[in-house]
Amino acid sequence: MRNLWAFLILAAAVALFAAALVFVPRSSSRATLRIFIWEEYIDPEVLALFEKEFAVAVTEDNYGSNEDLRAKLQAGASGYDLVVPSEYMVTLLARDGLLVELDLSRIPNLRNISARFRDPSYDPGHRHSVPYLWGVSGIGYNRQRVQPPPSSWGDLFEPERLTPYAGRVSLLNDMREVIGAALIHLGHSPNTVDPLELEEAKNLLLKQKAFVAKYDSEGFEDSLVSGETVMAHGWSGEVATARTQNSELEFAIPKEGTLMFVDSWAIPRGGPNRDLALEFINFTLRPEVSARIVNFVNYASANEEARTLVDPAVLTGPAYFLPEGVKFWWVEDLGDANKLYEQVWTELKGR
Amino acid sequence: MAEARSGVAAEGAEEAPMDRLLRGLLALNAVSAYAFLYLPIAVLILFSFSASRYASVWGGFSFRWYIHLFRDSAVRDALANSLFIAGLASVLATVMGTLLALGLERRRGHRHAARWDAAVTLPILIPDIVQGISLLLFFVLSFSALERLLGWRPTLGRTTVILAHTAFAISYVAVVVRARLAGMSRTLEEAAMDLGATEWQVLHRVTLPLVWPGVLGGGLLAFTLSLDEFVITFFTTGPGATTLPIQVWSMVRRGVTPEINALSSLILILSIVLVTLSLAVQRKR
Amino acid sequence: MNGTQEELTGASRFRPGWLLLPASVWWMVFFVMPLGILAAISFLRPGSPVEWSLTAGNYGRLLDPLLLKVFLRSLVMAAAATAVCLAIGYPMAYFMARQPPRLQKLLYFLTLIPLWANSLALTYAWMVLLRSDGVLERGLRWAGAIGPADDLRLLYTPASVVLGLVYWYLPFMVYPLYASLEKFDWRLLDAAMDLGATRWTALHRVMLPLTMPGIIGGCLLVFIPALGNFVVPQLMGGAKQALIGNVIQERFLSQPQDWPLGSALAMTMMVLVTAAVWAYFRYAREEHALG
Repeated sequence: MRNLWAFLILAAAVALFAAALVFVPRSSSRATLRIFIWEEYIDPEVLALFEKEFAVAVTEDNYGSNEDLRAKLQAGASGYDLVVPSEYMVTLLARDGLLVELDLSRIPNLRNISARFRDPSYDPGHRHSVPYLWGVSGIGYNRQRVQPPPSSWGDLFEPERLTPYAGRVSLLNDMREVIGAALIHLGHSPNTVDPLELEEAKNLLLKQKAFVAKYDSEGFEDSLVSGETVMAHGWSGEVATARTQNSELEFAIPKEGTLMFVDSWAIPRGGPNRDLALEFINFTLRPEVSARIVNFVNYASANEEARTLVDPAVLTGPAYFLPEGVKFWWVEDLGDANKLYEQVWTELKGR
Repeated sequence: MAEARSGVAAEGAEEAPMDRLLRGLLALNAVSAYAFLYLPIAVLILFSFSASRYASVWGGFSFRWYIHLFRDSAVRDALANSLFIAGLASVLATVMGTLLALGLERRRGHRHAARWDAAVTLPILIPDIVQGISLLLFFVLSFSALERLLGWRPTLGRTTVILAHTAFAISYVAVVVRARLAGMSRTLEEAAMDLGATEWQVLHRVTLPLVWPGVLGGGLLAFTLSLDEFVITFFTTGPGATTLPIQVWSMVRRGVTPEINALSSLILILSIVLVTLSLAVQRKR
Repeated sequence: MNGTQEELTGASRFRPGWLLLPASVWWMVFFVMPLGILAAISFLRPGSPVEWSLTAGNYGRLLDPLLLKVFLRSLVMAAAATAVCLAIGYPMAYFMARQPPRLQKLLYFLTLIPLWANSLALTYAWMVLLRSDGVLERGLRWAGAIGPADDLRLLYTPASVVLGLVYWYLPFMVYPLYASLEKFDWRLLDAAMDLGATRWTALHRVMLPLTMPGIIGGCLLVFIPALGNFVVPQLMGGAKQALIGNVIQERFLSQPQDWPLGSALAMTMMVLVTAAVWAYFRYAREEHALG
């Protein structure tokens, strides 16, 4: 027994040292830009181009949700130079004093931003954020298996229309997206603070739950591709990526309107390389750089000038497709009224 | 007499099939339990060779994701971080856990012995989410205090993860080493003492060699647990200190790719090879 | 009896205090102090993230029927997973302990190896196996056990959550059981049967009591982490039914944050766990005293 353990430990130690020798992060005297961003949300080629042009190093760490990001910033995990929160999270982080005010004179390429995202309500005057990529939630579906194709939230919420697809439908595992979609279907605002309207949404969601296979924000596109689900509440860019693997998939934006998100560059307080961060934001707003990012990530860019340079297949796919006359909402932070949403959510999951 | 003998014979004849049945059932249970443990591993390895972007569908045989893996610097950095953290945390925990176990053994029969035993197991038994969150709060508050006192604010990173992992790993090491100590006789130590050895000499020359397998076993367990620790790591990690489980967690946000399978398969195969080799080496001796 | 001898010879010469020092200091800083902060927060009012005024109301808020239901569900799930682990693990450890030493070692490592793979990746592998039209259903269909249109709906059920928990924690049930069965003197069983005990009585009256520390140890190692697990219910349960781990995690991270409620939940869980462990060691000591 003793020899065995000794050998194992020795082998592990050797492996450890070998790994350490091979993998020890190269320390360089060059300035380092530390980006904290969603997984697969920027083309590594773009980082390499920036490193080359400005003779700096760039490191990338990933987070999985706005909430993860917030927990880390609240904990004072400064040391990151750039983060990419969604719109409502920009409001929250700015309110808590966790973001630095931007010197917009350092970001001349801001003029490339499309009118839709200029001076947004969640961050008036771009004081703390610069729009990066955006998307909408809608209904991803398999056109061979869902007939007629869904066109309204009713196709995802009304029991009679759901019956043929019972247990083959998924919803996002996201409180505001799910309750918001139910509210829009009922003709209310997804940012309502009216308890009666929320009560109505709760009853609808509880009825719908019997038909739902799962609430899933990460794997819903896997399930669409594999055929495990035939209809899924999901985000445009994920469905666009899934379509590259299964050509039967389509994305519908319900005619009543839907929620839109925009992820934005922001500089957390305490980030060591503020100048470099501003330089990087400006760099990503160059049309050719933005287009390269879109082609890699499959989400639409807030950069209007990039549009003509984007791969036509992406441009005509779910990422950029926005039907005329459809209404879009941002998720707004509701302060104390968040509690109302939380109660609906807890009851939906607690039952 | 004849009756009695036939009775015994009958009982013996009855027992044999019963024994065989029981043994068969036990073997069947063991085989199915191992099948249960290894079934998802087989699926994991199989789908690591899928050409599809998603790990849930088979897209034809391909080494695509292994090639991708070797070019993925984020995964490589995460692997380096994980090995570094697990290595350092398990060494620290092994040293402190072993000392703790030795110290507790010396106190056997002491008034507070039972309380100490309970205290040693607590870090194993407190839910990891509770430990993770409390450590995050602790680091935040103590960092602010440091900033106010010294004007210097540390950040979360590899160091904080190592501090946190060591805290729970000490328990595992101490429990394993204690189990080893419990089955050990004291005579050698006492003889050494009688011959005039100092406390340190006894520990170093007699006790430690005797408990060595327990120490190594505890260290290996600590290393293994640190390598796959997610919740506590999640709350205590910072810039540039992404570990493998954290990397995987953020990777699945845009769909599970077979790259994750390829990575897990490589780690598994490496550990299986290691175990097989060591068993083979042992057989030769 | 051994104790007195020790006190006469060993204890007088050994000064073991310093051996306990490094670990004690480490735990004081990185275990006790953090838990103290958590305990303090559970008595503050929720704010952004907390307001600096004292209240005991957070513990009152735990009596919300919905939360109690979630807590009860978590207890049932964790207990079910523990029971299944014990039912599989005990005979498994028994089987291991009766093999020749070399085979024992191999079997032991075989239970250790799955822990080396990323547990998230293994959970996804289970989902590939169990999902509608997944590996398992296709296999059964191919074997003719189910019809081509049958949909078993194995995944996203309470049963699949229990299965996931059993998979995560089975090795932790097997280790302590194996450790106590390995030390077990098998001649005791033969002796009992020679004295006229039936096989069942011998197992029940001799082996079970002597391996009870292993049983309880294994049960604690499975039940407690299973109680706090939030990844398995989210992935294999389809996030349809919250367990207590999900609620704690959400109150700390998701909007609206409520750190005091999360802390109160965590503290309650911790007190229950500590009580269980304390009871276990009391029990173990009494058993020891009797034996």
